[in-house]
Amino acid sequence: MNLTIQVEVNGKKHKSTVEARQLLVYYLRDQLRLTGTHIGCDTSSCGSCTVMIDGMAVKSCTMLAAQADGCAITTIEGLAKKGELHPLQEGFHQEHGLQCGFCTPGMIMTAVDLLSKNPEPTEMDIRHALEGNFCRCTGYHNIVRAVQFASAKMKEMEVASV
Amino acid sequence: MIPSEFDYIKAKSIDEAISLLKDGDAKLLAGGHSLIPAMKLRLNRPTKLIDISRIAEMKGIKQEDGELVIGAMTTHYEIMTNDLIKKHLPILSQAAELIGDVQVRNKGTLGGSLAHADPSADWPASMLVTDAVIVVAGAKGKRAIKAGDFFTGFFMTALEEGEIVTQIRIPLPSANTKSAYVKFMQPASRFAIVGCAVVVTGNGSIDDIKVAFTGVSESAFRDTAVENALKGKKADTETIKNAADQAAEGVSILSDHFAGEEYRKHLAKVYAKRALTEVA
Repeated sequence: MNLTIQVEVNGKKHKSTVEARQLLVYYLRDQLRLTGTHIGCDTSSCGSCTVMIDGMAVKSCTMLAAQADGCAITTIEGLAKKGELHPLQEGFHQEHGLQCGFCTPGMIMTAVDLLSKNPEPTEMDIRHALEGNFCRCTGYHNIVRAVQFASAKMKEMEVASV
Repeated sequence: MIPSEFDYIKAKSIDEAISLLKDGDAKLLAGGHSLIPAMKLRLNRPTKLIDISRIAEMKGIKQEDGELVIGAMTTHYEIMTNDLIKKHLPILSQAAELIGDVQVRNKGTLGGSLAHADPSADWPASMLVTDAVIVVAGAKGKRAIKAGDFFTGFFMTALEEGEIVTQIRIPLPSANTKSAYVKFMQPASRFAIVGCAVVVTGNGSIDDIKVAFTGVSESAFRDTAVENALKGKKADTETIKNAADQAAEGVSILSDHFAGEEYRKHLAKVYAKRALTEVA
């Protein structure tokens, strides 16, 4: 069965035909060619497919494209604005929050969810928030530092803009 | 992994969902965080999915008379952060925070979890100790099922064919009530290997106590031996230890590659003690 869905992805509206059984992650990667969202475990454990849907982090391998009809989706490609890295992207760069980089898009999208709900998280808050995202390289310490960097940077930007 | 083919229909109301569900091979889709993984593994191959996650009358948390009423499609995250829940039934926000991870809590629903009745799911233990009533609707009308009668076995519930869990009603506890939910989790799936929920009322000594486990047996259960060992007593260290030692006796214990029968039973006693100590 084919369905027509309307979604807004990274600010751009799309009207697409998808198969009912099409998973959101395949829609994003294969149909929209947004390959920054990765498929890791494919069993909703590893978090590398995390995207934001209406402001909430969701594992896109465990959701049908049809379920996203009418929603606003943000993927890793939608974070940088006018060539400027998002503070979280900058944090992962500055603090060496990645090695192979496979988990990074999902890690960053989950951290976006965290900082939107809790702009000044403690180290424990960060570790708790990232429980659904696996990294097999870094040992997580630099990932935590990257999120702390972003939290501080976003606060600084907010102060500067007042 | 791709599920086998199915038709997808978004239901706009409970009545519409009930009438769509008359097709015997149809399945309800809530948050999808149990059903979609099962469909990807082709353990489940419904030919029709009825998406009920956006039915407005099945969402949200409100206070009605002496009860909190939680719509079945309310997410774990919404329960975890809701002020009415935090104020009146903090055990539910405590349990919600221990479910899966952020992404799962953002999408998974209370009603979906209850209907799925995974023996290792977190919610059933809290439902048993808070005297929750599960309201279901079907072609023959509505009925209310006590949590104690709802979980009937391994992935089994009292839901009949064509029925939908629509809301969960929980009486507001009295002022001198304390509660706790503690859990030993499978580190990858984060499901409960042992989850223990306790609700206790009393001043100084224990007037009433309810203790329930999830993850331990084929379905969540009240542990009356532990409860009876505490009723009318003062909750000192010795009494708690003696009561916790009686946990999970006389029930069949689950066993898997992560936690064998003996270890799981041991954990049940350890976590009963922790939960009881938290409310003492």
